[in-house]
Amino acid sequence: MSAGPLLAVRDLRVGFATEGGRVQAVDGVSFELAPGEVLAIVGESGAGKSVTAQTIIGLTRSANARIEGSVRLGGTELIDAGDEELRKVRGERVGMIFQDPMTSFNPVYRIGAQIVEAIRAHGGGTSKADARERAIELLNSVGIPNAAQRVDAYPHEFSGGMRQRAMIAMALALEPEVLIADEPTTALDVTVQAQILALLASLNRERALATILITHDLGVVAEVADRVLVMYGGRVVEQGTLDEIFYDPQHPYTWGLLGSLTRIDRDRPERLPQISGAPPSLLDLPQGCSFRPRCPHEFGRCSELPGLEARLADAPSHLDRCWLTPEGKRERRLVEGEIGLEAPAQ
Amino acid sequence: MSGAPLLEVTDLVKHFPVKRGLLIDRTVDQVRAVDGVSLTVQAGETLGLVGESGSGKSTLGRAVLQLLEPTSGSVRFEGREIAGLSRRAMRPLRRELQMVFQDPYASLNPRKRIGQIVGEPLRLQGVAKGGELRREVQSLLERVGLSPEHYNRFPHEFSGGQRQRIGIARAIALRPKLIVADEPVSALDVSIRAQIVNLLADLQEELGLAYVFVAHDIGIVRHVSDRIAVMHEGKIVEEGPAERVCEQPHDAYTKQLLAAVPIPDPREARARREKLGIA
Repeated sequence: MSAGPLLAVRDLRVGFATEGGRVQAVDGVSFELAPGEVLAIVGESGAGKSVTAQTIIGLTRSANARIEGSVRLGGTELIDAGDEELRKVRGERVGMIFQDPMTSFNPVYRIGAQIVEAIRAHGGGTSKADARERAIELLNSVGIPNAAQRVDAYPHEFSGGMRQRAMIAMALALEPEVLIADEPTTALDVTVQAQILALLASLNRERALATILITHDLGVVAEVADRVLVMYGGRVVEQGTLDEIFYDPQHPYTWGLLGSLTRIDRDRPERLPQISGAPPSLLDLPQGCSFRPRCPHEFGRCSELPGLEARLADAPSHLDRCWLTPEGKRERRLVEGEIGLEAPAQ
Repeated sequence: MSGAPLLEVTDLVKHFPVKRGLLIDRTVDQVRAVDGVSLTVQAGETLGLVGESGSGKSTLGRAVLQLLEPTSGSVRFEGREIAGLSRRAMRPLRRELQMVFQDPYASLNPRKRIGQIVGEPLRLQGVAKGGELRREVQSLLERVGLSPEHYNRFPHEFSGGQRQRIGIARAIALRPKLIVADEPVSALDVSIRAQIVNLLADLQEELGLAYVFVAHDIGIVRHVSDRIAVMHEGKIVEEGPAERVCEQPHDAYTKQLLAAVPIPDPREARARREKLGIA
């Protein structure tokens, strides 16, 4: 593999024709992903994070969708790839895991049989016995005890955490280079979540697996990500390294997200700092900056959409969409000494 | 605060039978969802009930309100035994004891207008009717941060956060003394969670409400609670002032739970991973 990125997404745009009108679910998303790297895409419902990830592997294609831009995996362009080629990419080169493992497993087949099928459907000529051996090996590698027996269990016989491990095993069956994990721990208990995050981290290290992690939980991001994309209303509003996003955030929405977290390692504030209002409807996005109606720092220029640009002289890869000056941001983002979004003036 | 507690739960048990057999149901086992729980809630305070899925925390919340009939044990509200009371006998007590549910999409009847949903408890209890009912509902809507104009809308016209506000308006309509809130913010977008948590705090101050706040997220529970009870496998394994439970946990399970909470701070997360040898 050359020094170039493994995955390069350029100006990805996904629009859907809906009953209520056209929505631009993803509006100009660009990023690169290197082997072994974890990119977190953070945002709320409707931010466009899942649509971005699904479009990479062609899952949003439909008569009602308009998809523009470029997705290059290695040297291959995926945006206009044929369905057969995409089918091979899914599984063989890009694995995917979802929030609810029940949606990936067929409830009437044994876990092992489904992994065997995935291996044989792609693996050309692997014998059933070899594929079964491989399935046991995979279940073992994701920390399922007694894999040789559990391989014959049905999905409902596994706990939520075990099912999530089994889904990771299935996603890894064909040794993909990229793993897309869409809210992989949201449905899990925290103690199980910690185990799954540790498993994902070890896969990144040991297999140089590149990961796109979609989540709304900044705690999860802080534990595993190398770089972060913050999305709002279909657009990236800020992107940078993990430390840039947490310690030098440039966009008021990021301040609000960081400020509203409850932290068990800090004194409790009297009130939880909040972001007022609600995320915008994609059918009715405000003109200019989409966060403008919820932002206490709004001023005249915000009715014009700011570009996603590097605005800090010393951090060329830290990008944001906010017109405030860097000095203005550093001053305004402090609320009682902590990063947050101040309450709007009434 | 001294005096008799608002709510006193003693040795509460809720078992669900596991049945086998086609024609004749035989009870082959019991799921001990709540297995001998005692706790108290004082007027105006918040007790956080934290645990993982299957710990029995939601069952306990429902058994306290008699939405599920307890297998055994005592639930005293203002000194009066309510465990095992019939629906009819519970009806006057429904004014005092209310519930807020997790899923604001499932807990509101999609065919009813907001005014009907919020006004229903007032109508059923015969507290208000006609124009008076309407004015009361509109003032409730305002109190939870909605607009009186929302009176004639349907649930589907609202976002998740707004629906949870509707559920809260319904719960406070009869001026209850105790609300059991079962995961009231876990289905909401992150930017909305803080709004709802702050609304619940405002209402507590205004109305002198007591809450049993049931949740799996110990971070949120610590923020809202005066005291925390940690539940595991149907039992309360630790109970105490919120700060003490989170800072000096006594029980091994509580420690495990706290250690698993992700810290939204990359440097501290790294330091913790190094300390645990998983860097």
